[in-house]
Amino acid sequence: MATASSNSRLFSLLYRWFDERFKLDALVEYMKGKVVPVHGHSIFYYFGGISLFLFIVQVLTGILLLMYYRPGAESAYESVRFIISNVSFGWLIRSLHSWSANLMILAVFIHMFSVYFTSAYRKPRELTWLSGMVLLGLSLMFGFSGYLLPWNELAFFATRVGTGMAGAIPGIGKQLLIIMRGGEEVTGATIGRFFGLHVAILPGITTLVLSAHLLFLQRQGMSEPVDWANKPASEKRYQKFFPNFLLRDLLVWLIVLNILAVLAVLFPDGVGAIHWPLGAKADPFAPPPAVIRPEWYFMFAFQALKLLPAHVWFIEGELFGIGVFTIGGLIWTLAPYLNRRSVKGQPSKLFTAFGLLVLAFVIVMTSLGYILE
Amino acid sequence: MKNAILLLLILDAATMNPVAVAAQDNCLTCHQEFENEETGPSHTIARDVHIQKGLGCIDCHGGDAALDDMDEVRELPGWLGAPGPLDAPGFCARCHSDATYMHEHDPSLPTDQLAKYKTSIHGQRLYKQRDVKVANCVSCHGVHQIGDARMPHSSTHPLNLAHTCAKCHADAEYMAGYGIPTDQFEDYRRSVHGQALLGRKDLGAPACNDCHGNHGAAPPGVTSLSFVCGNCHAIQAELFNRSPHRAAFEENDFPMCETCHSHHLIEQPNDQMVGAREPALCVNCHSDDDGTQGLAVAAGMSLAIEKLAGASSEARTVLDDAVAKGMMTTDEEFRLKEVQQTLIATRTQVHAFALDTILTLADVGYDKAMEVRANSAALIDEYYFRRKGLGLATLFITVLVVGLWVYIRRLED
Repeated sequence: MATASSNSRLFSLLYRWFDERFKLDALVEYMKGKVVPVHGHSIFYYFGGISLFLFIVQVLTGILLLMYYRPGAESAYESVRFIISNVSFGWLIRSLHSWSANLMILAVFIHMFSVYFTSAYRKPRELTWLSGMVLLGLSLMFGFSGYLLPWNELAFFATRVGTGMAGAIPGIGKQLLIIMRGGEEVTGATIGRFFGLHVAILPGITTLVLSAHLLFLQRQGMSEPVDWANKPASEKRYQKFFPNFLLRDLLVWLIVLNILAVLAVLFPDGVGAIHWPLGAKADPFAPPPAVIRPEWYFMFAFQALKLLPAHVWFIEGELFGIGVFTIGGLIWTLAPYLNRRSVKGQPSKLFTAFGLLVLAFVIVMTSLGYILE
Repeated sequence: MKNAILLLLILDAATMNPVAVAAQDNCLTCHQEFENEETGPSHTIARDVHIQKGLGCIDCHGGDAALDDMDEVRELPGWLGAPGPLDAPGFCARCHSDATYMHEHDPSLPTDQLAKYKTSIHGQRLYKQRDVKVANCVSCHGVHQIGDARMPHSSTHPLNLAHTCAKCHADAEYMAGYGIPTDQFEDYRRSVHGQALLGRKDLGAPACNDCHGNHGAAPPGVTSLSFVCGNCHAIQAELFNRSPHRAAFEENDFPMCETCHSHHLIEQPNDQMVGAREPALCVNCHSDDDGTQGLAVAAGMSLAIEKLAGASSEARTVLDDAVAKGMMTTDEEFRLKEVQQTLIATRTQVHAFALDTILTLADVGYDKAMEVRANSAALIDEYYFRRKGLGLATLFITVLVVGLWVYIRRLED
């Protein structure tokens, strides 16, 4: 009893010390006033937090991998093999890093679609949406740049195909390809670039954008459903952000941690189409493997480009595909400005249809990619 | 008009191949009229290497291709016609023994075929005993479809050669009176060499000519046998030649490799061939009271190999289990390959019959196999450790989740 009271006294002393310097009282008052809407789709509020949690796992496991990983054509593969077979729990760290990367992309996608379909991007949260879209792009770049780092056969050829697609972009394609590869071909120089991108440039940019994204969120709070605009206050339900929502968030994080642990231990090399066995070392002179496929989250684009004919009208097929993706991506990103009905608290059938079309396209193309290979 | 015809003729000549050129000579024009399209020499000659190199009928048979009267051709001074079996080797040798002439057409071909043929059993019987049943050039190479031995359709290509020899040597009726068996082809076909060459199309495996020679075909002598086999099995031959068996075999007129491995029906060697008890081959010559250490050495070699092979196989089994459990086994796979390499080296050392060397090698391999086994077993333990760890972590997280949930419910109530 005496210990509890002395602990409480110590906490009060510390709090007062910080409060004098940083005005904590104002922050606590603000936090106390924060609420989260409670409705039928509240579950989707947790996916942003899940993405954040998995990103933290990425950073922590990435730092541990960095202690043994050696970039370079002569050392990358060997160091990853060393991590898996010789470093204590190295296999687990690599497995956690790979699984959390895939789960994070999945969580980010769910988060993005839920925000889109609930029109949560509408004014005044345009910047939150835009920063989220940037974070999605950064996540995909993390995935693409990390895939090559083990310098194994699959990664080598998949990167050759992926960077080759970027090379098809008119005008800047050739230059972009050379910048990405560090030359005409995928070589040791490419690992250097991808490594720098993966462990320094992308984390730096992501930290800034993520901070902004979280700051916007904290300042503006969670978005309420569109139809709440015309609802009487008595029919709206809320829960406190602190501690109720935060504790629930923590609960979800623990569940995700357990799922991650189960996947990482039972399937250290992945499972089914989502797998990352180390396999053979990359050999630029070896014939490419029978099946070269990108990571699952790039499959829809890869498959769509594969299915396109050589020419659509007078435009080269691949170029046409990239053009359609660019236009579609722009419409998607600019939804807060294009969807005027959502600002007025009215649902937009057109934007919902567009979202469903995109979702169906992604699901069908991804499925076809695995079925037809 | 004249110019146009001339141009057409030039274009036609430019696109003509050697067969087309040959088709214009009168030999072919006449012979193709009455010969069978499938089997007639004037038709099958298109596949012949000589025609493909630009030679024509008259280069072998003499005569004049411009003439269209056969009787007139036969009267010409250079007319040779078709040679009989006794004349065939000399007939071919007019060109094939002429180094200058052959150099112009195919410098890679040797020009000593006739000289070698004369030393062969075939040549000796042909020339000394006028035995026209023995093989001469055309028996093996054919007549008007002679193919380069490097081409798959050739009767002397490695994949076809055993069948070519077997045409005579597997024909009991034809070979009657020569006093040699006719089961060589059947034995060879079942042998380790035959299965490799004819079964797996492994061109590195020997055909008849690789041991017997081709133009100078003869059975290898008792003493030269280790040299013949040693062409490919160089290490084994060298070890054997330095072993005490070399002198003993020579003394007793035992053919070197054949005594243990047989000749045409050479089977895949196995560890049971060595030892002090049947079915080991050592007991065929050695006994406990033969005054040598033969059986003791054989027993020692057998034990050492058996121990190493057993350890290697046991390590493989444990390693396979670790692989099946999805563990990272690359290092152990490499180490086990070294064990298997040592096992091969140990088995090879049997040809030297030096027990000390075999024991040293086998011990090195055995220790390594045990290391693989222990490391693989550790990987399997690690596999179960991971699962237990996961179970404990899951339990811990579940308790936390339940506790937190209860706390949240209480807070909200």
